Amino acid sequence: MNANSSLPRWGERRKSHILVRGLHLDIPLAVGLILLSAVGLAILYSASGQDMNMVYRQLVRLGIAFTFMFLLAQIPSHHLSFWVPWLFGLGLILLIAVLLFGDEGKGAQRWLDFGFFRFQPSEIMKLAVPAMLAWYLAERALPPPPKQLAIAALIIIIPFALIVKQPDLGTSILIASSGVFVLLLAGISWKYIATFLILVSVSAPLIWYSLHDYQQARVLTFLNPENDPLGAGYHIIQSKIAIGSGGLYGKGWMNGSQAHLAFLPERSTDFIFAVFSEEFGFLGIVLLLSLYLFIIIRGLYIATQAQDTFSRLLAGSLILTFSVYTLVNICMVIGLLPVVGLPLPLISYGGTSMVTLMASFGILMSIHTHRRLLSA
Amino acid sequence: MRLTIKDHIRESRVFNERVTIGLALLVILIIVIMVRLVYLQIISHEHFSTLADDNRITITAVPPTRGLIYDRNGVLLAENLPSYSLDITPERSKDIDATIAGLSQIITISDNDITRFKKLLKRKRSFISIPLRFRLNDEEVARIAANRHRFPSADVEARLIRSYPNGSLAVHTLGYVGRINEDELQILDSTNYSATRFTGKTGIEKFYEDTLHGKVGYNHVETNALGRTLRTIKRIPPVPGENIYLTIDARLQHIAEQALGNRRGAIVAVDPENGDILAFVSMPGYDPNLFVTGIDVKSYNNLRNSPDKPLFNRALQGQYPPGSTMKPFIGLAGLELERKITLTSSFCPGWFMLKGDDHKYRDWKKEGHGKTSLDKAIVESCDVYFYNLARILGIDRMHHFLSQFGFGKRTGIDLIGELAGLLPSSEWKRNKYQLPWYPGETLISGIGQGYTLTTPLQLASTTAIIATKGKRMQPRLVFAQQATPDAEITLLPPQEINSVTLEKSSNWDKIIKSMTRVVHSPHGTARTIARKLPFKIAGKTGTAQVFGIKQDEEYDKETVAARLRDHSLFIAFAPAEKPKIALAIIVENGGSGSAVAAPISREIIEQYLVNGSS
Repeated sequence: MNANSSLPRWGERRKSHILVRGLHLDIPLAVGLILLSAVGLAILYSASGQDMNMVYRQLVRLGIAFTFMFLLAQIPSHHLSFWVPWLFGLGLILLIAVLLFGDEGKGAQRWLDFGFFRFQPSEIMKLAVPAMLAWYLAERALPPPPKQLAIAALIIIIPFALIVKQPDLGTSILIASSGVFVLLLAGISWKYIATFLILVSVSAPLIWYSLHDYQQARVLTFLNPENDPLGAGYHIIQSKIAIGSGGLYGKGWMNGSQAHLAFLPERSTDFIFAVFSEEFGFLGIVLLLSLYLFIIIRGLYIATQAQDTFSRLLAGSLILTFSVYTLVNICMVIGLLPVVGLPLPLISYGGTSMVTLMASFGILMSIHTHRRLLSA
Repeated sequence: MRLTIKDHIRESRVFNERVTIGLALLVILIIVIMVRLVYLQIISHEHFSTLADDNRITITAVPPTRGLIYDRNGVLLAENLPSYSLDITPERSKDIDATIAGLSQIITISDNDITRFKKLLKRKRSFISIPLRFRLNDEEVARIAANRHRFPSADVEARLIRSYPNGSLAVHTLGYVGRINEDELQILDSTNYSATRFTGKTGIEKFYEDTLHGKVGYNHVETNALGRTLRTIKRIPPVPGENIYLTIDARLQHIAEQALGNRRGAIVAVDPENGDILAFVSMPGYDPNLFVTGIDVKSYNNLRNSPDKPLFNRALQGQYPPGSTMKPFIGLAGLELERKITLTSSFCPGWFMLKGDDHKYRDWKKEGHGKTSLDKAIVESCDVYFYNLARILGIDRMHHFLSQFGFGKRTGIDLIGELAGLLPSSEWKRNKYQLPWYPGETLISGIGQGYTLTTPLQLASTTAIIATKGKRMQPRLVFAQQATPDAEITLLPPQEINSVTLEKSSNWDKIIKSMTRVVHSPHGTARTIARKLPFKIAGKTGTAQVFGIKQDEEYDKETVAARLRDHSLFIAFAPAEKPKIALAIIVENGGSGSAVAAPISREIIEQYLVNGSS
C-alpha cells in the first residue's frame, strides 16, 4: 500500500475476463467466499449429525445470500449513496416499530412479523449505519471537526441504544463498531480516540450494572467457568475439551466425539468452530484462518483502491466489521472472550445475518468493479 | 459535491495509514488466537484428549438436603426419608418411548407418570436424569435390577423424600412440597435446582423455600461409554438447606386441633409479647404426605370437592364477620373519642331505631338489657348500646381508629396468600359501589356485622394489641434458623411495629377489666368457662350472622339448616393482668360464641398456662 495506490490501476482491469467484468464480480473475493461456504456446508453436515435437511436449508440460504451479493454488485456506488439516508431513516422507524410491536423470541424483542415473513430490522442497520456515516462525512473536509463528530456520534448512538433495548448486545456492539470504524478510517485524530477509550474504561462499571442478569452471568462465567459447570459454564468447558482433543491433525471429518455425542451445545450454530477444530485440528484451523485472512486482505485492498471518499470509508468499515465478526466468534469459542452469541460468518447455521453479510460483499464488489464508470 | 477545502491526497493517505494499522491489529489478534490454539491443541492436547476419551467425564448435580422444620420446642415437623425412584437419562436411551414401554411391563407406570416425565424431558438437558417413578417398593427395585441390562438409560436412585411425621398436624402452617411443575421450572434457578425434584408448594415450605432448599453440589465422575459411573474425580458437596424453628408449639397445636374436633373453624393463638404464633389451626385439615410424590386424581378430587373445604386455610384466608368480638375495640374508640357518652348509661329496650326510619335494629336479647353502661354493654354484649355508640362515632371515625389495630390490612405473617379482611368506610363504599354510606350501615358495623370482615389471624393479632395495651408485634411463624444440624441456632429478633397509643392509657385498663368480667362476673356471656380457673381470662364472645333474619322473625336454631347457623367466635387473652397468650377462635356454624368457642378457648389457655411451655 504505497502513496500511489489510490490511483486507478488500469493494467489490472485489462487482465480480468470480459464476461466477469460485465457481471461486476470480483473474482478473488468470490472464490474466497465460495470456498468458505463449501467448508461451512461440509462441517455443518458433520456437526448436525449428517442431517441433509439442515444442509439443504443452509444451501438455500447461501443461494439467497449470494443472489443479494450479485444484485448489489450491479449498483454503482454513487447510486447507492443516494439511497443511504432513506435506508437509514427506514431502519430507524423499523427499530422503533420492533420495540413497540415486535415479536419476542427467547426473551428478546428483535423480530418484526409481516405475516408472510419475519425479519430483524437490526440487520438493515448493519449496512445503514456505516453507510450513513460514510455518506455524511464524504462531502465534508476530513478529518471531521468536533461539531460534525457530534452528529456522527448521534448516527451511531441512536440505533445502538434502540438495539441494546431489544435487548441484543452482540449486534448493537457490532453496529457501533462498524460506525466507529468509519470514523477511524476518516482520520479522526488520535486525541479523540484516546479520550473515547478513557471514557469507556471509566464508564465500564456503569455499563456492568445496566447489563441484564443473563449477560452478567455470561461474563462472570467466562471469568470462571468452573463456577457454573452445568449452567452457562458448560458451553465453554465442553468447547475447550472439543478443541483441545482435536490436537494437531484433528480427529477427521465426522469423527469428533464431543460433537457427535452431543456434549457440545450449539454445535451447528455459534460453536461450530469447536466442531471444526475437533475434526480438523490445528492445521485445519491454520488453513481456515488463512482463507479468512485472504478475504479480509482482499477487502482492505478494495477499500484502498476506491475512488471516492464515500466508497472508501464504506468499504473499509464493512470489511473491518466482517473481520471483527469472525475473530470475536473464534475468541468466544476458544474461551478468550465471553459468550456473546455471534455466529461464525458463512460457516454457522442460520440465515438472517448471512444475507446482510453477503450484501456487504456485494457492495465491496460494486465499489471495485464500477471504478472506471465513475472516473469516465 | 460541495467545494470545501477537501484534500483528497491527504485523505487517502490517512485512510491507507489507518487501514494498515487495522490490518496490523487484526494480525496481532490472529497471532493471539494461534497462541491460544497452540496451548489448547498442542500443549494441553493430552489433557483434553483424556477428558474427551471413551471414559468420559460427566458432571452430575447432587441435590442439597432440604432443611428440617421443628416446632418451638424442637419437635420434628418435617423430615427427609430415603426412598427409591426410577430415573431415566435421556441421552443414554436410543428410543425413550420403547424404554418406557419396556419398563411398564416390569413395574406399574401410570399415565400421569409418563405425562409428567415427558414435560420434564422437553425442559432438561439430555444428560440430566429425569425421574419416571417415585417410591418404588423392594420388589420393584429387584425387578428393575434383574432387567437392567435391557435398559441402559434407567437407574434406581435412592433419594430423600420429604415426610411429615405428624400427618395433618399444623398442615395449614407447614404446607407441603411437591414435584416441580412446568411453571415452577421457569421461575426456579435452573442451575441450583438441576438435581432437585421438589419445591415448597404452600405454607412455610413455600415461603421459606430459599432458606430450606440449600445449594446444589457437583460430582465430576468418570463414566464408561454407556454412561455408568466408574469413579468420582472431584466432589463439590452440596450445601444443605437451613433448619427452621417454628413459633408453633406442637403440643398446643395438637390440643387446639383436638378441641375443634370435627367442627369446621380456625384457631390462632399468639404470644402478645413477641408476636410468636403458638397455634395456627384450620380445620378440617389433610395429610400433606399425600402431595409429596403426587396425589392421585381421586383423592385430590375428594379433598377439593369436599363441602368442608379441607384445603382452604381458614386461619389465613377465611374472612368472617367478627360480630360482637368487635365490641371491645369500638368501646375503646368510644372511650377515646366520645368520653362524655361513655360516662353515662343508656337505656336498652331490646331494639334501636334511627330518626326517620321505621326499621327496628334488634338486640340479641329480645326483652332488652335495661339501663346499660359501657362496661355492662361489653360484659352482657348489648347490641343497642353499640348501635348508639356507632351512630355517635360515625363510620369514618370508627374506620380511622380501628385501622390502627390492623383491621382491614394484612398482618404480613410469613405465609403466602393472606387475605386482608375488610374495614369499611364511606370512601371505600363510594369507590367500590358508587353508592353513599347509609346510617343504618354504621349501626351494624358497630356490632361487627355488615361489611366488616376479619380473618382469624387478624382477630388474634388485634386482640394481642389490647393484651399488651397498645404494643404491636409483627405476628410470625419462624423464630430461629440453623445452618447445619451442628451449627448454633440463630434467633430472629421479634419485630415491633407502630404501636397504638391512646390519649388516656387508663382506657386500656377499663376495656381489659370489662373483658375480664365477660368471663369472671355472674352476668358475663362467657361466665360458664370461669369455674375453677386458677387465673383470669379476659375475653369477648361473638356470634356472627351467616344470613339475615327478617323483621319480627325468631331465630330458631333447630329449624335453620346447619350451614346457615351463626358462626361462633371468641377472642381472649390470659392471664388478664400479664397476658402470655392471646387467641381468636371461629367455629363455622357453631351457634353462639358462649356455647362453643369460649369453652374451647378455656381448654387451650389452661393447657398452655398450667402445663407450661418453654
